Amino acid sequence: MGMALLEVRDLAVSFRRKGEEPTAAVDGISFDVHPGQTVGLVGESGCGKSVTSLAIMGLLPQRGNQVTGSVRFEGTELLGLSQKAMDERRGRDLGMVFQDPLSSLNPVIPVGLQVAEVLQRHRGRSRKEAMAESAELLDRVGIPDPTRRIDEYPHQLSGGMRQRALIAIALACRPRLLIADEPTTALDVTIQAQILKLLSEMVTGTDTALIMITHDLGVVAGLCDEVNVMYGGRIVERAKRHELFAEPRHPYTAGLLASIPRLDAPRGEKLVPIRGSVADNIPWTHACAFAPRCPNALDRCVEVTPELVDDRGGMLRCHNPVEPALRAGAEEVRA
Amino acid sequence: MLQLVLVVWVLSVLIFAWLRSLPGGPVSALLGDRGTAETRAQLTEALGLDDPIFVQYLRFVGRALTGDFGTSTGVSPGKPAMDLFMERFPATIELSIAAVLIALVTAIPLGYVAARRRGGWLDNTGIVGSMIGISIPIFFLAFLLKYLISIKLGLLPTGGRQSATIDATRVTGFFVLDGLLTREWDAAWDALRHLFLPALALASIPFAVIFRITRASVLDVMDEDYVRTARSKGLAGRVIRDRHILRNAMLPVVTTVGLQTGALLSGAVLTETVFAWQGIGQALAIGFERKDFPVLQVVIIAAAMAYVLVNLLVDLSYAVIDPRIRTAQKGS
Repeated sequence: MGMALLEVRDLAVSFRRKGEEPTAAVDGISFDVHPGQTVGLVGESGCGKSVTSLAIMGLLPQRGNQVTGSVRFEGTELLGLSQKAMDERRGRDLGMVFQDPLSSLNPVIPVGLQVAEVLQRHRGRSRKEAMAESAELLDRVGIPDPTRRIDEYPHQLSGGMRQRALIAIALACRPRLLIADEPTTALDVTIQAQILKLLSEMVTGTDTALIMITHDLGVVAGLCDEVNVMYGGRIVERAKRHELFAEPRHPYTAGLLASIPRLDAPRGEKLVPIRGSVADNIPWTHACAFAPRCPNALDRCVEVTPELVDDRGGMLRCHNPVEPALRAGAEEVRA
Repeated sequence: MLQLVLVVWVLSVLIFAWLRSLPGGPVSALLGDRGTAETRAQLTEALGLDDPIFVQYLRFVGRALTGDFGTSTGVSPGKPAMDLFMERFPATIELSIAAVLIALVTAIPLGYVAARRRGGWLDNTGIVGSMIGISIPIFFLAFLLKYLISIKLGLLPTGGRQSATIDATRVTGFFVLDGLLTREWDAAWDALRHLFLPALALASIPFAVIFRITRASVLDVMDEDYVRTARSKGLAGRVIRDRHILRNAMLPVVTTVGLQTGALLSGAVLTETVFAWQGIGQALAIGFERKDFPVLQVVIIAAAMAYVLVNLLVDLSYAVIDPRIRTAQKGS
């Protein structure tokens, strides 16, 4: 593959509050996104996936945080860019779809204008041209009767429609990179599938790369070429989609997969949740943050920080990964 | 509308009963020490104050419905209270509008900038300033302004609405507007110079409140997801400020402006007294001193009506700003 569209290197974000030690939300992560590729960023709430996306977009709160490392987009370092230079790229080269479509749309502005203003900003369109194009865009994302809908306000649209409108906004200028941060979490299950289908339709066959941020491995399964699993602000496993689902290596990934209900599982098989919660994390210094919750934990796991190393074509950060044979054995025991 | 009728009716009963329970009364106020028992009795009868209070009240309501609120006994004896009110009301409206304008054009931009640069020098100055604005007694501030700017420095007139040397044509009763309408520029300028200090004094409390509300509201709105969305589109500067932040932040501010009408009226009593401003505030102050029941009644009832009407306008203006309310009204 050629040059990466986005290169994230050792990205770290820490938040500091007065009188408190800074807390690291993202603790040195690196990954590449190539043109047209769909990359998943998966993990539980609080693992740093949303903060990563906001850091790439330059949308973190202006104060109280420290961002280090490097985010190169088409060869340009984004982290050092001025606010003004970043404004030029946001909406034009980088688009973002957010989690809650109701709160992410301005309640007092017609939906059509919210799409049109990004065209006015970056494409130099007049208000009239932009509104006409806005109706076309709403049509493309599957909003019926778009010429009427452009004059409506967000509260007059259904949840799915609103998310479609947000997707239209993010894709209006055909960005090179689209970041979708939990785009289906706030929606009904039936709508979720529609929105995922729309997102994949909008990016397949184009150069637009997609970073899909989710806690839901089901979303990843249908969409992503490559998946990064995050835990405690670090990437713990990276693999191609098929490898990840067929042979998860990290006990955390295996745990996530085991905790998904499956219709094809034998009746009576129990769901296996991951023990504990994110609150049980220990710092990565001199340990693996997942160790307190890990079924495979060794003594070494609370003494030495595991490094992210090449593993079967992907990357893995684990002292005692899941062996395919062992996993099969474990399943027999469970049955 | 029903709300308005109800407010006015309850208030008319309260004010009627309350005024008559005050010590003294128009008779003592009019006759002073010179009154003999005989003249007092004559005057009491002439004013109709010898009847039982409910008879007085019914008579008052009956006349009031035809627009007759009785004759002034103290502020401008012999003049119908309604005429006196109509003459003076424009003066108070002019003063109040000027005060609200001063408060709005200073407090909203300052509140916005203070919120955007939270913790900066302007924010801190604004917070301290608004604290002073809200806690300084308005009559003290009025005297201070008058003393420093009018008396010490001689920059502006000390009181009144228009210099006696200027022969201005009256059209609306709003002196500044009159001057502009009749193209008597000197009269307009003179009226504006008279207006400035009382309006500034009266603006102190609304300024402080609007500044605080704007600042808090902008801080809230800045954290909203839709502002983040707007920034994710690369929007910046005026579009973010006016379209995405201020428009949403203005809802609580509009409510506040409506509620401040009450504060303006009580402030007007003090400001008009200090600056000899011939408005209803001054009439109220003099009326209390001289127990001028008809004038007090008409002024207080009209003030209450104005308060209800302003807040009705505020409710209507919500619908202009917030489409969610528009839909709800259409639906109901």
